[in-house]
Amino acid sequence: MVKIIRVNMTDRTVRVEPVPEAWLGLGGRALTSTIVAAEVPPTCHPLGPSNKLVFAPGLLSGTPAANSGRCSAGAKSPLTGGIKESNAGGTASRFLARLGIHALIIEGKPSGEGWFGLRINNNGAVLEEETETIGKGNFAVLEALNRRWGEEIGVITLGPPGEHMMAIANISVKDPDGKLRSFGRGGLGAVMGSKRLKFIAVDDSEGSNVPLVDRKAFLAASQRFAKTLIDHPVSGQGLPTYGTAVLVNILNEIGGLPTRNFTSGQYADHDKISGETMHDTIVARGGEPTHNCSLGCQIQCSQVFPDKDGKYVTSGFEYETIWALGADCCINDLDVIAEADSIMDDLGVDSIETSVMFGVAMEAGVLPFGDGQGVLRLLREEIGKATPLGRILGGGTAAVGRAYGVTRVPVVKGQAIPAYDPRSVKGIGVTYATTTMGADHTAGYAVATNVLNVGGKVDPLKNEGQVELSRNLQIATAAIDSTGLCLFIAFPALDIPDCLASVIDMINARYGIKLTGDDVVALGKKTLKTERAFNLAAGIGPEQDRLPEFFELEKIAPHDVAWDMPTEELQSFWKGFGD
Amino acid sequence: MPSEATVTITVKLFASFRRGRFKEASRDYSAGARIADVIADLGIEPKDIGMIFVDGKHADPDRALRAGEALALFPLLGGG
Repeated sequence: MVKIIRVNMTDRTVRVEPVPEAWLGLGGRALTSTIVAAEVPPTCHPLGPSNKLVFAPGLLSGTPAANSGRCSAGAKSPLTGGIKESNAGGTASRFLARLGIHALIIEGKPSGEGWFGLRINNNGAVLEEETETIGKGNFAVLEALNRRWGEEIGVITLGPPGEHMMAIANISVKDPDGKLRSFGRGGLGAVMGSKRLKFIAVDDSEGSNVPLVDRKAFLAASQRFAKTLIDHPVSGQGLPTYGTAVLVNILNEIGGLPTRNFTSGQYADHDKISGETMHDTIVARGGEPTHNCSLGCQIQCSQVFPDKDGKYVTSGFEYETIWALGADCCINDLDVIAEADSIMDDLGVDSIETSVMFGVAMEAGVLPFGDGQGVLRLLREEIGKATPLGRILGGGTAAVGRAYGVTRVPVVKGQAIPAYDPRSVKGIGVTYATTTMGADHTAGYAVATNVLNVGGKVDPLKNEGQVELSRNLQIATAAIDSTGLCLFIAFPALDIPDCLASVIDMINARYGIKLTGDDVVALGKKTLKTERAFNLAAGIGPEQDRLPEFFELEKIAPHDVAWDMPTEELQSFWKGFGD
Repeated sequence: MPSEATVTITVKLFASFRRGRFKEASRDYSAGARIADVIADLGIEPKDIGMIFVDGKHADPDRALRAGEALALFPLLGGG
């Protein structure tokens, strides 16, 4: 029997409730956005008592399905002021699903100075006062809780910037190696910190296998699904070999790699930070170039990156982080970037927001472009210690831009723009401008069709076809985000019809229902419309669906292009949702 | 040796295409040579081609190459 666990931080109670009928068919992002839209006043202060932090595994989480390890977290974002869903790999979704937890809702806000830890097991959840781990980095939290409750314990954890409610703070989750994955974007760590919750420990040792109404049909569909992941070259070969950093050379080649705070589309030292170089370095040092972040992942896009002596530095070394510190901040050294990645894991800060913030900080003269040691120092000594400068930097890209009078500030709805320049990849520009999430590349990854020739071809340098492309991808992504499946299944899904067909068959076999492809599209659309309604009520109107002015005024090399999509065309995005 | 009957281009290879080949090389081809001819000359299977860029823009395999252009060849790749 599935349940909702509701933790009230004001009166420190835990309630276990049945799942309302309307929420039963929802999971992941569909569920977190539905709950946030239903229970959080859109005009509330995101750090106040009325905001809620919701965790939800996906519709297929905990099943034998490959790549079903994603967990969603949602709230009103302190960074964007709108609705936020962020999802992570690691162990959370499997553990929550095995305990029959359909959603975990953290609400209210404690008075007083004390901190808390939440412990969840098959009997329910217990909220306890916590002192030992307060002020500690995420790795120390994992160590302490391993000692306390054994190494098998699942952990969702908050680092010191989250305790200080910085908008760059993420929420981190333990992975099967005992390292960290992230609910990265949108400052959800600040929300968790505002509720003075340092960790959520999940013991699934008495949990049970997730029930499958038609086990035989499920396993058959699951095999078909896994085959599509292996068969598609992106999920079957490219990603496992090179990781996401393989994109460095691609984006550089087409002039879409934002360089030196978005002043060029190409980086002279791209070869030093490329996925090919990362792969060769890892292999030479005895690391793991192919690695998964959660149980049952077939794609294995992660990696373990060691230092020159073969010692662990970081894992989950992503394109976004390498691009932002490499090309955008001009730090041409993978070892320095890897160390920064490790510090950001330990602090628990979004590696996109933080790194793009550093690019603006460099433009502001806080430190020079290329100053890798300066970045490490600012992370450890200022952000990590919540000094006044650390708090300014910890406010994120827009906050630093404002504090220093910078106009070249790459954000939409307050959230930093990721690793694709919209001037030369116009489809992703539409996604950045229109998604409810603020500048978010995963929300509708038009790069696939603009650049990578997956799911068709739409010229990245032209406005034609981009709004429709972004809309279709955003709808599909909202649906995938609700299943607990990793978004990278989208590559085979865009090219191999049996991929999505087998996903639908798995959902139907799991629940004993009869969803069609149209139902899945409808779920995605409804989720986006729910999010949009929340944002409008929160005061984020259609005029926010745009890119910063500098993209229109400044052309970038090598193609000498600016952002020139007519406003009416951009505004037509939401009109395409009908009623 | 370049002559009126040849074009000199830069060929850039990425990811698995580099194995047994090169990262970047200057190559001469006869005038009118198409991208598909270069791909065949490199021993790359057409079905393995993911992306073709000439001077940073998408190009089709049957396009003829011009002197001084940079041709980039990628297998099917992706990320996030």
